[in-house]
Amino acid sequence: MSSRSLRLLALGLGFAFLYGPILWVVAFSFNEGRLVTLWSGFSTRWYGELADNERLLDAAGLSLVVAMISASLATMLGALAGFALSRLGRFRGRGLLAGALGAVLTLPEVILGLALLLAFVSVDSWLDGPGRGAWTIVVAHTTLGMAYVTLVVRARLADFDRSLEEAALDLGATPPQVFLRVTLPLILPALGGGWLIAFMLSLDDVVLASFVAGPGATTLPMVVFSSARLGLNPQINALATIMVGIGAFAVLVAVWLFGRQERRR
Amino acid sequence: MRRLLVGLPALWLLVFFGLPFALILKVSLSQAVVGQPPFTPLFADGAFQGSLGNFALLLEDDLYVEAILASLGLAASSTVACVLIGYPMAWAIAGAPRRWRAPMLALVALPFVTSFLIRVYAWIGLLRPTGFLSELLQSLGLIDSPLALVPGSFAVAIGMIYTYLPFMVLPIYASLEKIDPMLSAAAADLGARPARIFWSVTLPLSLPGVLAGSLFVFVPAVGEFVVPELLGGPGTPMIGKVIWQEFFNNRDWPLASALAVMLLVLLAAPIALAQRSQAPTARGLG
Repeated sequence: MSSRSLRLLALGLGFAFLYGPILWVVAFSFNEGRLVTLWSGFSTRWYGELADNERLLDAAGLSLVVAMISASLATMLGALAGFALSRLGRFRGRGLLAGALGAVLTLPEVILGLALLLAFVSVDSWLDGPGRGAWTIVVAHTTLGMAYVTLVVRARLADFDRSLEEAALDLGATPPQVFLRVTLPLILPALGGGWLIAFMLSLDDVVLASFVAGPGATTLPMVVFSSARLGLNPQINALATIMVGIGAFAVLVAVWLFGRQERRR
Repeated sequence: MRRLLVGLPALWLLVFFGLPFALILKVSLSQAVVGQPPFTPLFADGAFQGSLGNFALLLEDDLYVEAILASLGLAASSTVACVLIGYPMAWAIAGAPRRWRAPMLALVALPFVTSFLIRVYAWIGLLRPTGFLSELLQSLGLIDSPLALVPGSFAVAIGMIYTYLPFMVLPIYASLEKIDPMLSAAAADLGARPARIFWSVTLPLSLPGVLAGSLFVFVPAVGEFVVPELLGGPGTPMIGKVIWQEFFNNRDWPLASALAVMLLVLLAAPIALAQRSQAPTARGLG
């Protein structure tokens, strides 16, 4: 076998493995019967039922709000941490900051979720405090998201040409001007990418949310998870198809924007 | 300015990461009680009340030891399978014409855009007795009776491989791409066949990527909860699941904390290693 056909085989099998199951979920969302394993004709009835499922729609709404707030907070905090770690040189606690962020990135979610919940409960009992709710999910997701944003911002700053900033300083720009007109535009793609990653992490998380959510705060993944625990449900297939569609659209837009930017250079 | 840059994220992490971990340690030393919060205080009546009782219990009870061993075993075999599937993919992409590489890498990362839960959910339908795989094998005449893979350890392994495969492909690709093509050309000039070049030049030089990828798969897989919960049965008591059950079903917060501390100790070395090899993946992401 030639090297070329070996490569094609590896890719063919690999991509079939990665995409087959997703295609299966999409295909059966259009199945008429309740059985998600037996094809009985084309129908969009599950999308109709999905649109009437208020519990699920409420959860989706809450998830979007939580994801937007936590992604924005995570981007802000992650950008600061990324800047501090790649630009400030050595400072006290640098290793600790980098280590904590790395640990957030790699720790099992079950541990992070349990740890955060213990903190919320303790603060509650010390302060007779605010109680848990959706805001605890926001805090958990912000903590997770900021670690990813930091990673992306650091990667961007690592291959960033510092002579651009030096040139601006030489030409008489003040440091704030340099930041706003040179640095910020150059790291904007990293901030956008980081925000998107944090947003998707939040929208996808079930473990952290299940641990820290207060009564009544139910996110979309929590609803999907409790339904998947009971087995297959064509409504979940329909929901999955919509999510895959939105995801694919977002990626196409990103590729298109990125392609335009690359061509302009 | 400097203070703000470091201070704000550091403060956030101190409150929402440092403090929580100190509390896990603290609660793991206390005992479960009915009440709010459902654990005994460490200091009462002016004396230290903590004990290592929970840890002793974990080591005595076979259930917990088995769960830990099962988690390590399943995570290790999923990691090996990810290398076996992911390495050829990374190698194929690295050898593709330049303009195809970025789109193919994007295709590897793209499943991340779809929900993780949905991707695990898909395998319930594919692997259960009346599912796609079972029906397919039966109609081909390869098996006589329905194949019940869900719930089971094999399904859990498949779910983990499926979830974490991109974590393996991206770092291996990054290390393959860095190899100077002149090295292979020189080996070929000296008379080495393609297979020999691969074994003596390409593979050894790509091992850092394999190590990084393995850590990125192994570490989260050990503590994984969602995959064993949805695809595994009572026969696959993985540690992430046991922590969850102790916490939510038995409401034994101290025991769950002790399990978490134990998992942390087990994962400390691989996590520290993974942090060192984070750089190549960061580049892969950006």
